[in-house]
Amino acid sequence: MDADSLHYSLELVAGSGNILNTEHRTALQTSLLILRKNYKFNRVLFWGKIMGIKEDYFIAQGRGDDELKDKKNLYSFNCMDWFLLPPATIPMIEEVSKAATGRFMGDASHVYENTILKKVGDEDEVEEELVRISAVEHRLAVTIHLIDDESSVIPRGAFIKNPHGFVQVNRCFEGLTESQAAKLDSFLHFRDPKTLKKKSLLELSELNQTIDFLDLLTDDVPKGMWSLQFENANKVLILRCLLWLGMTFYHVPMTPQHGYIYIGDGVRNLDLSFML
Amino acid sequence: MPKPRQLAPLDGEEQRLYYELLLGDRCPDPISKGAPCHPWTKEENPLPNVNEISFFLEQAGVGLGREETQRTFLALKQLVDSQELLRCRLWGKILGIESNYYIAEVEGKELDEEEEEQPDRTEEEQKDADTDDKEENAVPQSTYKPPPVVPKETVGTGANKFLYYVCKEPGLPWIKLPSVTPAQIDVSRQIRKLFTGRLEAPVKSYPPFPGNEANYLRAQIARISAGTHVSPQGFFLIMEEEDDEEGEPLQDSYDVNPDFEGIPVSEMAESLSTWVHHVQHILPQGRCTWLNLSMKPSEDIDEDEDMEEAEEEPDEPEPEVGPPLLTPLSQDAELFNTPPWTSKMSSTLTSVHAIAVLRSNLWQGGHAYASGKKFENIYVGWGVKSAGDGFSPSVPPTPLKEYVGDEEITEVPDPTPRDERELAEALVAAQEEMEGSDREDESDDDY
Repeated sequence: MDADSLHYSLELVAGSGNILNTEHRTALQTSLLILRKNYKFNRVLFWGKIMGIKEDYFIAQGRGDDELKDKKNLYSFNCMDWFLLPPATIPMIEEVSKAATGRFMGDASHVYENTILKKVGDEDEVEEELVRISAVEHRLAVTIHLIDDESSVIPRGAFIKNPHGFVQVNRCFEGLTESQAAKLDSFLHFRDPKTLKKKSLLELSELNQTIDFLDLLTDDVPKGMWSLQFENANKVLILRCLLWLGMTFYHVPMTPQHGYIYIGDGVRNLDLSFML
Repeated sequence: MPKPRQLAPLDGEEQRLYYELLLGDRCPDPISKGAPCHPWTKEENPLPNVNEISFFLEQAGVGLGREETQRTFLALKQLVDSQELLRCRLWGKILGIESNYYIAEVEGKELDEEEEEQPDRTEEEQKDADTDDKEENAVPQSTYKPPPVVPKETVGTGANKFLYYVCKEPGLPWIKLPSVTPAQIDVSRQIRKLFTGRLEAPVKSYPPFPGNEANYLRAQIARISAGTHVSPQGFFLIMEEEDDEEGEPLQDSYDVNPDFEGIPVSEMAESLSTWVHHVQHILPQGRCTWLNLSMKPSEDIDEDEDMEEAEEEPDEPEPEVGPPLLTPLSQDAELFNTPPWTSKMSSTLTSVHAIAVLRSNLWQGGHAYASGKKFENIYVGWGVKSAGDGFSPSVPPTPLKEYVGDEEITEVPDPTPRDERELAEALVAAQEEMEGSDREDESDDDY
């Protein structure tokens, strides 16, 4: 959710039940602007809120020249003091997925430990303890990366790839029509494409290279992962991700307004196949 | 000219009350202080003050957005105007895949007896059909008696204390949800399903859910109310009624405490013992009051003496006991290593006028706030309980083993056509031999 449009966008996603306190909203308006100046971001987004047991983490994301690759995440407890998170790398993802289980605590100094008992050999009964440790910051960085990877959405045509390969905001995007917006295949994942390359050449030939360089939402598995609804007296289109409960994408048809926000507990919904 | 008499200036509190009296039918100020304020205390007008509630909920970070709340408010007014209700409350919103549910909790003036009559009629029809069959064909009756079904609680008690109306979008007609049965609560505890948004949709699950999505929704509402509806300690007091026949006092009823003075917000935000549950806990049986199902043998004495002896042998089941009404939250069990509640103040910068906010970690989306003498509960979420690390569905029972034959009954494979042919040929050959020997005997006899 772009920081400039925060005050009216929050109303549009409020149908999911979580809204921001007036105090936090005011604090965000000033602190996100300061953040943009300090870190020299092109755009600053309010990414969302991860709710921990004791405290909530407010997450902001700054975008550079390439919207897809130049992303920096920051977190804060009070919307005023922001701390930079390290970028998520593959070894970090592995470390976190083994160590960190359960909910976020809300404590910045918490360290996740997970002891795994391993048997040495088949006959010996000696058990080794392997302790995996991960810091909260790593877990936050990895969670944000995974949520962005699996559930960040943009309407088709909102971003274009310029000839240098940079992904940028499409200033000519006027919004989807209502009939286009009612179909799930007008929406794309905002991440490095994974399923696009598996399409046949015939399908690829019909795509427009400047705007269709991302994965479609309809290629997601399981099929019912997205909930598409018109809310607010049919004014706003809301997409909710069922794999990460709390991820809400909004788009007002026939206007360039769109964005997404995650307000939830930062835990993947592994039981989705049972719940559909 | 004599100076006009000067009335003593009113202080803030009196000014506000005077102003409210003046307004009459118009909506009062969004913030009104005074007597303990909850929709249940206002007997005159059952319409809740949703504007005031949404103001506090916004401070807590929960809500539906200003416009949506206003529309919900108007839809509630429509509900109150169309029905005769004692009390009405916005229970919350449950999100679904195709559409969402807005839920209102009401207490009606008339008990619904029509619903209870209808199932009896269908049972009578079935009995007539069965007797017809018996007269035509004497089919051996199976001696299997299914385990007794736990009867649902009467409307107005226990899990069925309130009626619930849902609508998909504020403005669409409100639909009444049916009462919940203990079997539905039992199964809903074992399954984990999202709502599609259509009330008549089937709920496909194992164990099979007895009902459609409307029943599942009602069962989840009952569970969420029992788990997350809390109030400041002292707001409600248990009314002591006369003892029941069994000698146990009824702990079902409670009433607003007129002497409640409010607990300071900082205390409410720090300790969980200042909050209490005011909805009865649902026992594992699926009801709020335990019912002993093995009391029925006394009715069957006339039919079969043998049956009576057999049923007296097993021990009587132990009564299920749950935490009594108005237990503080500090006694809530911790599931999956997470504390069941998160409490905080709505604002640390302006803590003088902040409110205490309570968030449930088990039912995500269940919130409560308290400020002075006011409090409210609301649920906005997906309607599923947190399952910790993962949900493991119940496994179907192991298939029954085949009957091992004993001396009386043995299983023998059917003869193949070839065997039958050989047997037939052997029989024919044996008959010819017999006829041949008979003729020889006869011929011998003749001589």
